[in-house]
Amino acid sequence: MDAILLIDFGSTYTKLTAVDIESEEILATAKDLTTVNTDIMIGFNKAYEKLMKNIGEREVNFVKKLACSSAAGGLKMVAIGLVPELTAEAAKRAALGAGARILGVYSYELNKHEIEEIKSKKPDIILLAGGTDGGNKDCIIHNAKLLAEHIKDVPIVVAGNKNANDEIEEIFNNAGLFYKITENVMPKLNTINVEPAREVIRSIFMQKIVEAKGMKNAENFINGILMPTPAAVLKAAKILADGSDKEEGIGELVIVDIGGATTDVHSIAKGDPSKPGVTLRGLQEPYAKRTVEGDLGMRVSAVSLFEASGTRRIKKFAPNTPYDVEERCKFLQQNVNIIPRTEEEYEFDEALGMVATEIAMERHVGTVESVYTPMGIIYSQVGKDLLNVKYLIGTGGVLVHSRNPEKILKAGLFSMESPNYLKPTNPVILVDKTYILSAMGLLAEEYPDMAVRIMKKYIVRA
Amino acid sequence: MQNGKTVVIGVIGADCHAVGNKIIEHALKEEGFNVVNIGVLSPQEDFINAAIETNADAILVSSLYGHGEIDCRGFREKCNEAGLKDIILYVGGNLVVGKQDWKEVEKRFLDMGFNRAYPPGTDIKLSIKDLKKDLGLEE
Repeated sequence: MDAILLIDFGSTYTKLTAVDIESEEILATAKDLTTVNTDIMIGFNKAYEKLMKNIGEREVNFVKKLACSSAAGGLKMVAIGLVPELTAEAAKRAALGAGARILGVYSYELNKHEIEEIKSKKPDIILLAGGTDGGNKDCIIHNAKLLAEHIKDVPIVVAGNKNANDEIEEIFNNAGLFYKITENVMPKLNTINVEPAREVIRSIFMQKIVEAKGMKNAENFINGILMPTPAAVLKAAKILADGSDKEEGIGELVIVDIGGATTDVHSIAKGDPSKPGVTLRGLQEPYAKRTVEGDLGMRVSAVSLFEASGTRRIKKFAPNTPYDVEERCKFLQQNVNIIPRTEEEYEFDEALGMVATEIAMERHVGTVESVYTPMGIIYSQVGKDLLNVKYLIGTGGVLVHSRNPEKILKAGLFSMESPNYLKPTNPVILVDKTYILSAMGLLAEEYPDMAVRIMKKYIVRA
Repeated sequence: MQNGKTVVIGVIGADCHAVGNKIIEHALKEEGFNVVNIGVLSPQEDFINAAIETNADAILVSSLYGHGEIDCRGFREKCNEAGLKDIILYVGGNLVVGKQDWKEVEKRFLDMGFNRAYPPGTDIKLSIKDLKKDLGLEE
């Protein structure tokens, strides 16, 4: 039978998913530890053996092998803009949407100290923005000059004021840098344009980064490492919401991915005010938006999760837990491979998952505030209104292994306790039980209709 | 015909009068300005950030609800801090409450560092004429 092999070279595990083309079913999945420090194919081959065992007797011919990767630290990026709330923020959103891990966001004219800092962070790609088209160009040119002078070996994506492009081209050519120029991330004030920059970042990732991370030999066996893993998840989310050419999507949705180190939230929704009389302010939001909370995680970031929330907030979800919250978080951070076994351990993990969901959603969604004016109260909204989103989908270990994923995800819903956060009020709650989202993002590159149908089948009610 | 000058406009403070704001945008565009309209309910920071990114030549602040004096305090100082040293600042609308002598009111706004202030009912054409003069587009 003809099948497709989808591979996720994750930071910890290399995960394989085999899809039967004809019946559009998941044939089998398997995983093993990622071995990027020695030879990435060692871990892959082990997982592959397991996969073949799981498939069993059936004869399988893999017609396509597609991969995404977040191994070796993922795609690490630095974003540079002019004003922190405007082009620097737009650049950050473009990089996040491309599936990057943001090491730092810089604004205004850089100084030598900041350049040294950027250098020491060792980014894979630098995204350079600043100025609207026809707007300020002094800042981006200043920053381009500093980069050209001090940083020689990092690919740079230029997505700023188009009027500065000729000059930047000259500066970078003279310095012999590898760079690509694309459309401005903020061509007009408060108007965001992140797709072109995302695409260019992805092409550099395929062209340069995969090789730099010692994964070139994987490409002899597979058809290509197409994108960073988070970009694959965002792609899956987008096609599930919007549908493909032949297959209808399910509508606006939010995906919460609770991991050991970070909690990611993806929303595919316009986010315009859902109530009349609300004025929208600030930088436009991307339709497909990803945020990453590096301080909210179940293991590696358990202590920072504690610091962001505190004992009372965690205990709200586990009032009778026998643990000292701080001590337990420290313990989990030091023992990242712990899998809960007892009732108490389950309860504590679930409480952490709920707090992570609650805070990550608060940071992702827009807020509304009431403004008292001589004409009465009016409302002003910043960010996305997700009150009426139809689906909330959960993925990540704690949810997949939880006995009550719905309970955890409900912590991310709208609450009268903090009514100014525009979180979903009454969505259908689904869980990615088979862990297929990133694989489906890859599949969507070649077989979009099939990817939508499979997701509809396998992402189920909690 | 574009005249090559960029102007940031908006309504400052907790003020949501949108109609005049649209008229000003329209009138400025007719005269060839590149207009960056940040709309109603805008704090000082939004005007300034917009002016930085767009390399604006002037900021035109509207206020219709009588609290203009409070909302505009420190505007020039913030512009200076942000590196917009010589940017042209205008303000206009119903800037204060009650029947106050316009000369007095105007002086208060000029002392705050605004280049020009306009009383209620000013024709936008007059302000545009001043603007062109101040930007060196016209004699």
